[in-house]
Amino acid sequence: MSRAEESGTSAATAGPADPPAPAPLAGSAKPPAPAPPAGPAKSAAPATRLPSAGISPSTGAGSHPLWTFGLFRSELVTTFRRWRTIALLAVLAAVPILVGIAVKIETSGGSPADGGGGGGGPAFIAQITNNGLFLVFTSLAATLPFFLPMAIGVIAGDAIAGEANAGTLRYLLVAPAGRTRLLLTKYATTLAFCLVATLVVAASALAVGALLFPLGDLTTISGTRISFGEGLLRALLIALVVAASLIGVAALGLFISTLTNSGIAAMATTVGLLITVQILDQIPQLHAVQPYFFSHYWLSFADLMREPVYWDDLRRNLGLQALYAAVFGSAAWARFTAKDITA
Amino acid sequence: MEDLSAAEQREPGEADTRGKAHTRGGAETGRESGTDREADARGEADTGREPDTRGGDGTADAVIATRGLTKRYRGGQLAVDGLELTVPAGSVFGFLGPNGSGKTTTIRMLMGLIEPTSGTARVLGRPMPRSSRVVLPHVGALIEGPALYGFLSGRDNLLRYDAADPTADPRTRRTRVSAALDRVGLTAAAGKKARAYSLGMKQRLGLAAALLQPRRLLVLDEPTNGLDPQGMREIRLLIRELASDGTTVFLSSHLLDEIEQVCSHAAVMAQGRLITQGAVRDLAAGARGRLVVTTPDSADAARVLKEQGVADLVITETGVTGEPPDRELADVNAALVAAGVRVRGFGVERASLEDAFVALTGEGFDVAG
Repeated sequence: MSRAEESGTSAATAGPADPPAPAPLAGSAKPPAPAPPAGPAKSAAPATRLPSAGISPSTGAGSHPLWTFGLFRSELVTTFRRWRTIALLAVLAAVPILVGIAVKIETSGGSPADGGGGGGGPAFIAQITNNGLFLVFTSLAATLPFFLPMAIGVIAGDAIAGEANAGTLRYLLVAPAGRTRLLLTKYATTLAFCLVATLVVAASALAVGALLFPLGDLTTISGTRISFGEGLLRALLIALVVAASLIGVAALGLFISTLTNSGIAAMATTVGLLITVQILDQIPQLHAVQPYFFSHYWLSFADLMREPVYWDDLRRNLGLQALYAAVFGSAAWARFTAKDITA
Repeated sequence: MEDLSAAEQREPGEADTRGKAHTRGGAETGRESGTDREADARGEADTGREPDTRGGDGTADAVIATRGLTKRYRGGQLAVDGLELTVPAGSVFGFLGPNGSGKTTTIRMLMGLIEPTSGTARVLGRPMPRSSRVVLPHVGALIEGPALYGFLSGRDNLLRYDAADPTADPRTRRTRVSAALDRVGLTAAAGKKARAYSLGMKQRLGLAAALLQPRRLLVLDEPTNGLDPQGMREIRLLIRELASDGTTVFLSSHLLDEIEQVCSHAAVMAQGRLITQGAVRDLAAGARGRLVVTTPDSADAARVLKEQGVADLVITETGVTGEPPDRELADVNAALVAAGVRVRGFGVERASLEDAFVALTGEGFDVAG
């Protein structure tokens, strides 16, 4: 009795509702491909076939495959609109400005700057005065060991833990964003941030370099000369490699982010690990394990400035980043999909 | 006479909006307790235990049905113990219990946020958390208060939550968000950063997020928390409105009178166990309403009432009270009048849900230790 009433009312509400609503969509478009409990349902009477307690079968099909990117877009917009993100990018953009001004002041003082790369990076800095393009390489070399990965650590560490901390994670999951989908979205956004952050450094360096120093043909590390156009291309390639060098940190940060409900803790742990690994990478006794540190081959991007390009370390770097992404990505997935969301 | 109609007045409000699922709560009240939690994890077959309530439908007609649902947290704390919850379709279901009684854990298990230690939960006929992707687009939820992105405006918050639902059509997103904002009365504040919202406004925005799409089930955890009396009224009105559209509403609250006002069904939890569930009027009836006769002739009235089978008579200042008999009350009244008793008021005073709660648990709303 009441059952008939129920399905009657539900049909009434489902029927005239606006077309994009998922339930009618699935109801009208799909012949019932019933779930086990609804086994005997017949397509003959689609309007009233089930008591209202059940779900119209294969409702999931109501989702358009492309709509899935809605979450990614929302995530991107949300991330890049935050003041924190903008501040991080501003700090990164400031590094080339400081380096450029420092070099300018030093060289205008009369003494030619031939001290070499102070930060242990490739000796690009001496060339800046001859060619502003070298400021791009110098700035990337200066930010890659710390500033860039720290910024990534903040974004990646906050990715899940920050949402958990704010409580928004539970609402995203009941939306339902889907745990795997949310994790992938978060990782993709972090990678997008890697790329944007690197490009911000490179672009800022290029602008400052062009403003303060002459531009022109340049000399590679191997001593050959290449045109400015090709130099620019190499700079772009280097920026991409630098961005790719951050894939490992991003995966690590995301994994740590799934371990805790505190965004601050996740960020701090990620950045702490980053510093620790950089220090361990300097200790000779650890020679055997150093090739597995995510930062070990970071400065190999300088090899792109050789003629011909020396690919070995570059390849090792990218392989290592892929390994980190696979290992910590899987760990993050395993952890996040099995986690009780109590925040 | 007057009082009788007063007693009846409760009915229409209940009946029109939510009286649909006529389970006889009395039959259900006996079935909770986790003793037979292994009875079966699979389910539906053994609902023959309730002969008269649902017949062959079994739990297929239930929007939420749990079987032996248990959650033991790491550290050994048993948060939910063998829960057998059945929420009929179309009901406004009140979920009651002291703080720490396992309500929120239950809701989180129903929403697929927490994995049960054992037992099963079916929502909209599908197992959770396995069918989250299919079930949850039909479910709007407000869990443990609203959570918002403080740096986004109210509208952007809703846009983001809607974008998280892969079944939500982005073409209608803005209209649906505006409609939801309008429905909870937040249109004017939609452009403000959520950080600047008051608790009541946040609560409304959380509700709006639950209403972004037409839902089959609304799970509302303490929805009137932080609202002023006017806001509470509005929310109750909204709940009634939604329920009359056929949406099942699962409402947790610690406000007993609130549950009594809006809910057709209720369940009571304490210390992780379900103490009782059923139709609200039956639960309250379980605590025995009292027949109240207002008359200056109390002695005569008491005598007549006793003849009419009214037990437990108490003579008060204004008249007589007693346990209502099983017979037609109009006849009792007629007998009083025929005996010359000057009846000024005659009616059954319903026991409140709170009376029922206290009668059931033997305790008030203390935090479980």
